[in-house]
Amino acid sequence: MAHLSVDNVDLSFETTTVLTGATLTVDQGEVVAVLGPSGSGKSTLLRVIAGITAPDAGTVTLSGDDLTHVPTHQRGVGMVFQDNQLFPHLTVGENVAFGLKMVGIPAVERRATASDWLARVGLAGFDSRQVSALSGGEAKRVALARTLAVEPRIVLLDEPLTGLDRELHDRLARDVSDLLADLAITAILVTHDPDEAATIAVRSLHMDDINE
Amino acid sequence: MSALPRRVIAALSIPPSVGLAVFYVWPLLTLLFRAIDGDAVQTTLGRRATWEVAWFTLWQAVVSTLMTLVVGLAPAYIVARFNFRGRQLLLGLITALFVLPTVVMGAAFLALLPDGMNQSIAAVIAAHVVFNLAVVVRTVGPLWEQLPSDMEGAAATLGASPWRVFTMITLPLIRPALVAASSIVFIFTFTSFGVVRVIGAAGTRTLEVEVWRQAIQLGDIRTAVVLSILQMVMLAAVVMCSSRAQRRYSQPLGLEPSARRMPQRGSERRQVALIGFTSFAVCGAPLFALAARSFSTPSGWSIAAWTQLGRTEVRPGIRLGIDPLDAVRNSVENALWATLFAVVIGALASLAIAAARNTGRFLDVGMMLPVGTSAVTIGFGMLITFDQAPYDWRAEWWLVPIGHALVAVPFVVRATVGVLRSVDPQLHAAAATLGASPTRAWRTVVVPFLWRPLTVGATLAAAISLGEFGATSFLSRSDSETVPIAIEQLLGRTGSLLQAQGYAMATVLAVVTIALVAAVDRSHQLRTLARSTVNGPN
Repeated sequence: MAHLSVDNVDLSFETTTVLTGATLTVDQGEVVAVLGPSGSGKSTLLRVIAGITAPDAGTVTLSGDDLTHVPTHQRGVGMVFQDNQLFPHLTVGENVAFGLKMVGIPAVERRATASDWLARVGLAGFDSRQVSALSGGEAKRVALARTLAVEPRIVLLDEPLTGLDRELHDRLARDVSDLLADLAITAILVTHDPDEAATIAVRSLHMDDINE
Repeated sequence: MSALPRRVIAALSIPPSVGLAVFYVWPLLTLLFRAIDGDAVQTTLGRRATWEVAWFTLWQAVVSTLMTLVVGLAPAYIVARFNFRGRQLLLGLITALFVLPTVVMGAAFLALLPDGMNQSIAAVIAAHVVFNLAVVVRTVGPLWEQLPSDMEGAAATLGASPWRVFTMITLPLIRPALVAASSIVFIFTFTSFGVVRVIGAAGTRTLEVEVWRQAIQLGDIRTAVVLSILQMVMLAAVVMCSSRAQRRYSQPLGLEPSARRMPQRGSERRQVALIGFTSFAVCGAPLFALAARSFSTPSGWSIAAWTQLGRTEVRPGIRLGIDPLDAVRNSVENALWATLFAVVIGALASLAIAAARNTGRFLDVGMMLPVGTSAVTIGFGMLITFDQAPYDWRAEWWLVPIGHALVAVPFVVRATVGVLRSVDPQLHAAAATLGASPTRAWRTVVVPFLWRPLTVGATLAAAISLGEFGATSFLSRSDSETVPIAIEQLLGRTGSLLQAQGYAMATVLAVVTIALVAAVDRSHQLRTLARSTVNGPN
């Protein structure tokens, strides 16, 4: 049975139609890439799955639960944003621990978990750094650690590697791929780069295939 | 703008410098020197009543500020985040309230709340809150509008409920603007004078009101001087703390271009509609009540208050000494003179500031000083300075307009200097290469740019003068009341016709002020000016 299924989702903003009958299924543990040019509705699709944007019609189901009307914070859907969206008023460690705090894990424990995650993405010892002092690649790794630390049921990656230079891009793509494989986590990667899709994902889809 | 000959710059800066020295610096120094009378300081500071007034001033300002923040966040949120029908109207209404004269705002809340409840501390605080909503909406709103909304989305995907997103992400991120807004609101409410006087609730005396009461009603200048200094010291302490807080809470934010959008889901639409309607009601009700009460008499609706505005006799043979039409005449005359003084002084100062570059900074800072001084302090300082021959000017017709001009000049300068500074130096060089002498080149190139900002400045000066109450309370003579003074007196009398007349005059003043400010609001200057406030130092 499909882990995630998006069924017949329609969405339009004021005058532009973004999604029409969008349909997508992803199996448990599968990493799927969604390709398409900018403006094709890839990011919007992820927002609908995360519950940040409400669809006009259609449903989103995750392991059998209809999530369509469940608020974002109760969905268990993790998301890495294109521009990271790290919280500038919190340290790196506090950023990674944020989700753990939301589920009520005690301070000592969540600091330890955050440290582990930072080490796992190659940023051991970064806990007390300021977000504003991070390089582009480091910020990306922190965003990844922050999302994975809460062990979401599915991870959405919105153009996570866009804007990095070639060398950094390729290395991060491999790291992300290894990390997702290690965790055996279900993920959707949105990108416009077929190579990146091939490196990280097992299966690639085009927005044209998803929209009706 | 380019270099003028030095002596021209010097000539330009003499009138504003002398004006500032005589009518601002000298009175302020007089105030300070009078306070160095050890006896008065000891007696005044030793009085329990002094500290009661100081304590009331402080706590009502703290409560007013906190409530303004709490109430203001909701409209700030919808205005920052959403496009909806009536958005511009709501912003306009909130701004219009902010530019109202303090006396009118006091009158509006006196009119709004039922008798028995309206002369209360609650009414004073409610008036302060509605008055200053614009500070929160217009300071916090722009920052909020540019916060990446995805950051809140990111927190939600990490399991944060909407409330926790607000308290743990949004609130800390808009904190710099909140701190800035609260220090502005605090200064306004700490120095509140007109609102408190008009509402006139028992036990509500701010330091400003007490300075006036001691000086004008009780004739105790020595006590008033000490209180005035105490007020300045407390205010300076607050300003220092707040600027420290503002530095502490400033942080790099990844601001994005505004992403205002139509409210989406049903719940979002309901939320925006609820906040929108409530804000309209809260902001519109005082103005509506003001107008309505001018038609209300114990025996029903009537236009008597309006038709009898010109009559001084309330009953045959009984005169009250307040002539509304006379007050209108005085106010208009004052406003014309104040505008003329403010524009001439402001224009000269602006030209000198813009032409002199670095050395102009002194004059620039000097001309802004009156904004940082309460109008009560300005008026009181002038009152005790110009009371001895050969400087006994208290009876001179021009003293009130000069006091008003002092309050208005900073706005004229701010409106003008920026425009002058942006005049392309190339134009001036071009004129020079065509054979124009420096002064002639300047006259051809720079002066044409003066008219627009000066019109804006003049309009604001007129609005400020018409509504000015703080300085006027000290300077106006009893036979030449201005409109705000007449309003305060009429509302303080018993008798429904007199009160209705007070409300009628307040309505007129509200309409005129809003019209004047709206006339210049289209030009960009006002958006910044309105933020730094038209009636700031009242």
